[in-house]
Amino acid sequence: MKIHEHQARQILHDAGVPVPPGVVIESIEAAAGAYKQVVSDAGLGEKGLAVVKAQVHAGGRGKAGFVKLVRSAEEATDAARFMLSNRMVSPQTGAEGLDVRKLLIAAGVDIAKEYYLAITTDRATRRNVLIASSEGGVEIEQVAEDKPDAILKEPIHPTMGLQAHQARRLAFKLGFTGKQVNEATKIMLALARVYDERDCSLAEINPLIVTPPTDEHPDGRVMAIDAKFSFDENAMFRQKAIADMFDPTEENPSELRAHKFGLSYIAMDGNIGCLVNGAGLAMSTMDIIKHHGGEPANFLDVGGGASEEAVTEGFRIILSDQAVKGVLVNIFGGIMRCDVIAQAIVNAAKEVGFKVPLVVRLEGTNVESGRKILEDAKSSIPTMQAALDLEDAAKKVTAAIAS
Amino acid sequence: MPILIDASTRVICQGITGGFGQLHTKGCLLYSPAVVGGVTPGKGGQKDPNGLPIFNTVADAVAGTKADATMIFVPPPFAADAILEAAAAGIRVICCITEGVPVRDMVRTRAALDEMNAGRSEKERIYLVGPNCPGVITPGPKTGSGESKDDPYTREGCKIGIMPGYIHTHVSESKSGRSVGIVSRSGTLTYEAVWQTSNEGYGQSTCVGIGGDPVRGVGFIDCLELFEKDAKTDGVLMIGEIGGTDEEAAAEWAQSNMSKPLAAFIAGRTAPPGKRMGHAGAIISGGEGGAESKIKALRDAGFEIAETPASMGQAMKRAMEG
Repeated sequence: MKIHEHQARQILHDAGVPVPPGVVIESIEAAAGAYKQVVSDAGLGEKGLAVVKAQVHAGGRGKAGFVKLVRSAEEATDAARFMLSNRMVSPQTGAEGLDVRKLLIAAGVDIAKEYYLAITTDRATRRNVLIASSEGGVEIEQVAEDKPDAILKEPIHPTMGLQAHQARRLAFKLGFTGKQVNEATKIMLALARVYDERDCSLAEINPLIVTPPTDEHPDGRVMAIDAKFSFDENAMFRQKAIADMFDPTEENPSELRAHKFGLSYIAMDGNIGCLVNGAGLAMSTMDIIKHHGGEPANFLDVGGGASEEAVTEGFRIILSDQAVKGVLVNIFGGIMRCDVIAQAIVNAAKEVGFKVPLVVRLEGTNVESGRKILEDAKSSIPTMQAALDLEDAAKKVTAAIAS
Repeated sequence: MPILIDASTRVICQGITGGFGQLHTKGCLLYSPAVVGGVTPGKGGQKDPNGLPIFNTVADAVAGTKADATMIFVPPPFAADAILEAAAAGIRVICCITEGVPVRDMVRTRAALDEMNAGRSEKERIYLVGPNCPGVITPGPKTGSGESKDDPYTREGCKIGIMPGYIHTHVSESKSGRSVGIVSRSGTLTYEAVWQTSNEGYGQSTCVGIGGDPVRGVGFIDCLELFEKDAKTDGVLMIGEIGGTDEEAAAEWAQSNMSKPLAAFIAGRTAPPGKRMGHAGAIISGGEGGAESKIKALRDAGFEIAETPASMGQAMKRAMEG
């Protein structure tokens, strides 16, 4: 589960990590006041630098014009007007773009140097790992590819957590000097604590920066400018505060609807709707459709314990996609019983109707009664064909669409 | 024995009075008579609907039934504790079926188990299978109807988990008289593989669903190693999926350590990067964990590759006959 930048900043601030003053606004009118407040809180002059940033999960904000530097209340208002009245289109949003509802206005900070800092769980070593680089502010994936040596990694003990000496050593390796070393060490320890306490799956500060030296801070100050967090959805039962940050407007409506019924649905660009039990089998079903020249319209895993009602909802979601020209049902019943699936097909046929070709492959638990239910309902579902196996199913559905 | 479990294995169910625990305890008993009791704290002394004794703790259950394996169906918040309770009570094979266990819990639990296993011989080693997995099955020859616990499908096999038992084939009933071991990250895809290898004339020695979570118990290499040493296993079919680098690591290990015929299938070849495909583990990110790199590594290591999920049985056959 992802959260917004302003929420991530708040989590960091609460953990003791310095972040520049910021205010979240939802209207154009609020921009001027917010600008004045953040520049004043940051001790900047009347025409101090601030940044206006759209609060959306999708990346590519800067290039889309949804991150703007401003130097006056008027400029802040103009930027807010643009962002709140236009849809943001970036490579990550698709052509239709998305609505921006919230903006963060944060005080500008002079930057002497940028770093990258993150924690994630490394599957290979089964430990959380602190990742740091002195090449911050840019695409870290690119750095990892071009200069793998510029990425430092420190494993975190599963029960002891990150130790101060580990963070300190990393701070020296990254090139921090003087008072920066302790400040950076504290930030790393705070990030590790947040990662553990909040059940994160990614906690990233990019960039972590050092400000230029001043009389007050001769070594500069170490601060977090932007942050990205995502969380383990399986841990939300013990992370109520994080769960409350969930923003349904950031999600695909069909995926959200499926989620409510315990189904795992992901929309794709093709025209063959799929309903499958099990994530691996669902992915493989998409693979075999492509192998036979078709394009899957979705990934849909109904799981093991889904009720007839939930499976029927799955069919409703698939059939509500106008692009769907055929449907493939592939069930290898284990916990999921074939008769439940068959009954859901009959329900969906009655309620929505299968106007497009439907190919059904059933195997496993209660397969005989499942096949019987479909056989009995055959006359009312004229577009339905039974398939012998997975290969046969993929061939039949792609052929039906081609004809 | 085949690997991990056989007809002599004595299984308890943790969470035996919950909906899933109750359902699958019965399902296991219809296949093989391996389940000997269960655990639900506070219900010790009672019996489950099958007449199995219920205990308050795993330690009590071990003392009362001589159990050496467990299947865990407790809800996700309690799963890590259930695993560690079983390990502390001396259970050797722990199958955690529960789906949705937080990664943080598994990072700690796995570290604790690794610590307990340090210095232990293979015979004393604790094997955690899962979480988020279908379990383990060592098929037996059909000896009964499989319609009641008094007339189970087989008295010579052992099923721990949620897979449909009857699709499996014991070597004595196979056309070729040879058996393959199956290890897989995915549940239903394993059933597909079992069904296809049976159709190609092979039996299955043992099938292990290692689960789809990013941090788990036994992995591909552990299972390959067990299958390589097992006299009842003639070849191995490995089913991986996108995400992580376990398949690449297994390929590298197999190249210098496996002598038996090998076949593999990787699910998610057409999945778009960055999307989470149901399994917490199945996600491609940062250029790592893509299907093509896994397929290449496995092919280079001598695995026969199934190009589609419908050809897993054929790939296994090519490997066995090649």
